[in-house]
Amino acid sequence: MTLATAAAIEATPVPEGAGHVATKPVLQLVGVKKVFGEFAAVDGINVDFKEGEFVSIVGPSGSGKTTLLRMLAGMESPSEGYITLRGNLINDVPADQRPTCLVFQSLALFPHKTVGENIEFPLKVRKMPPAERKERALELMRMVRLPESYYGKNVMRCSGGEKQRVALARAFAYDPDVLFFDEPLSALDYKLKKALEKELKDLHRESGKTFVYITHSLEEAMVMSDRVGVMSRGRIAQIGTPEEIYTKPVNRFVAEFFGEVNSFEVTERVGGWTTADGTVLTVSGVPDGVSGKATVIVRPETMRFVPAGSSADNTISGVIYNEYSLGSRMQYQVHAGERIFLVEASRTASGGLSAGDAVTIGWDAADAIVVGD
Amino acid sequence: MAVALDTSAAPPAKTAETMSISPGLRSASPVLILLGLGFLAPLITVAAYAFAAPKSFDVFRSFTLENFAAIFDPQNTVWTSFVWSLIFAFLTVVLLAVIAYPIAYGMNRMFGKWAGFVSVLFVFPLFVSENVRLYGWVLFFIKNGVLDGALKWLGFAGGPEVLYTPGAILFGMLYVYLPFMLFPMSLGIAMIPRDLVDAARDLGASRLMIWREVELPLAMPGILIGMLLTFVLGAGAVAESKILGGQSIITIAQDIEVAFTYAQNWPLGSALALILVAIVSGLALYVLSKLDLDRILGRR
Repeated sequence: MTLATAAAIEATPVPEGAGHVATKPVLQLVGVKKVFGEFAAVDGINVDFKEGEFVSIVGPSGSGKTTLLRMLAGMESPSEGYITLRGNLINDVPADQRPTCLVFQSLALFPHKTVGENIEFPLKVRKMPPAERKERALELMRMVRLPESYYGKNVMRCSGGEKQRVALARAFAYDPDVLFFDEPLSALDYKLKKALEKELKDLHRESGKTFVYITHSLEEAMVMSDRVGVMSRGRIAQIGTPEEIYTKPVNRFVAEFFGEVNSFEVTERVGGWTTADGTVLTVSGVPDGVSGKATVIVRPETMRFVPAGSSADNTISGVIYNEYSLGSRMQYQVHAGERIFLVEASRTASGGLSAGDAVTIGWDAADAIVVGD
Repeated sequence: MAVALDTSAAPPAKTAETMSISPGLRSASPVLILLGLGFLAPLITVAAYAFAAPKSFDVFRSFTLENFAAIFDPQNTVWTSFVWSLIFAFLTVVLLAVIAYPIAYGMNRMFGKWAGFVSVLFVFPLFVSENVRLYGWVLFFIKNGVLDGALKWLGFAGGPEVLYTPGAILFGMLYVYLPFMLFPMSLGIAMIPRDLVDAARDLGASRLMIWREVELPLAMPGILIGMLLTFVLGAGAVAESKILGGQSIITIAQDIEVAFTYAQNWPLGSALALILVAIVSGLALYVLSKLDLDRILGRR
């Protein structure tokens, strides 16, 4: 089976420099499992990573993403399944013999070395002459936007963002086929993180390398990635473009991973999809194969206030309980009987509403997402 | 601002406040007194004795360089004791570094964060007097002792005659000073973050390369402290050569002991001790100045 896969990959010619997203899978996972005792940390994963792609794997802690990453980087061997790199089976190839490189969460910079020595480490391993090494290191420093004067600086005296760049440059010095990232941005403050996310994406574009980024933050993944895979309990719940994950989540887990949503558990009755309290909802776009029970998900940003005189497919009357400022937008907590709903609206659209006001909220069937259980 | 300028321009007034002892000095005074009486005073006394008239107790009353002249007299063979002590100390340090590193490394791999505790177990024998432990080894190596007797009982020709040789002295020193090398070394190795080793490996480094480029430099502070400790202790070793070596070799510490006790020549003993202190501290300071701990630790 592996041989067949290998042959298939070899047979697919891709022209060099075909743009930063080509179609050839550089890294393939087929039924990859990792079992610790009785517990399957990774429970059957199939993913193709295409050449030059930026893929993020997102999941809550304990979803198995770190174990997956360790297998990809060569620090664990899968219990079952195949990992192939450019068609070669690499299940048991140790980390030092894989043309892949991991940027650690801790960055794992060598504290006793200078910025230059850190970046040159993989080149030194390859026995590149010192002069050539230095030239390449300076080149990489320019690429990650580190000033040349940092070459001789002790790496522990760099700021958080600078260390990030050193770690990146060191990874690039290794010249790997695939770069893995173990949420290296998680320790940074919000502003720096946002800036570096964008820079990382720029670097991805410039380098043309395949990036696989592991994170627990879907927001981070969305900003940078060509594709996002959402992991849950050792499996990939869904993988697709950020757009697909956002608009067409396959289940409640994926939908709720984005943050707060309004959800309605509905059952299929004679009159249509009915909530527990007997309200029949106007629903559209029910995916194939969903029947009997389903969940209707309405994101706070698609839920809206329905002023008197206008209409929506579904409406609910309630009272504004509280309001939260999100900057350019406002979020309202609306109580309707026992239930609590969230509505997000721009400041102008919701003008003048405040806590205690009786309101009608609603959504159009097309804006809701229906997922099976 | 103006106030600050005024005070800086005028000479500081000797008020009651500036005359009094600062809180820091007051807090440090118990330790200062203890160090002064327990450490500095004996050292000064020894130094003073070194310049006293030979075979006298005229400390602080006479001043002469005769003791040193006697030591540096070409007829005097005391220099061989210095050489032996330093050779044994040096061999102990080198061999212990080689022996203790794999043990410390293995313990850290096996026991992880419990390695510190396990290496305390190695220190346990220190609770038994060094002499008692060394006599235990005498019983082990002596003719018809544990080793020799057991081998004969098993039908062999008998154990090798190792007792009362320089080799036995070295063995005794390695045995006695192992914990002093192992403990700091183990702490040093425990300071190597796992991630760094994984990262070096991920970047293609071989086992040897990881050891040379990452593990060794990061464990260096602990290794250095262990080396320094064992060197200082080894240079002052006396029991091993007396008990296991049967005085086949005279160490400098033994010469000093003899001068103070048997010979009742305190000034000569003090002069020898002073020279030993000068050599050991000189070597230690030289080595430490060559190695920048802060740089190794990445604090700079």
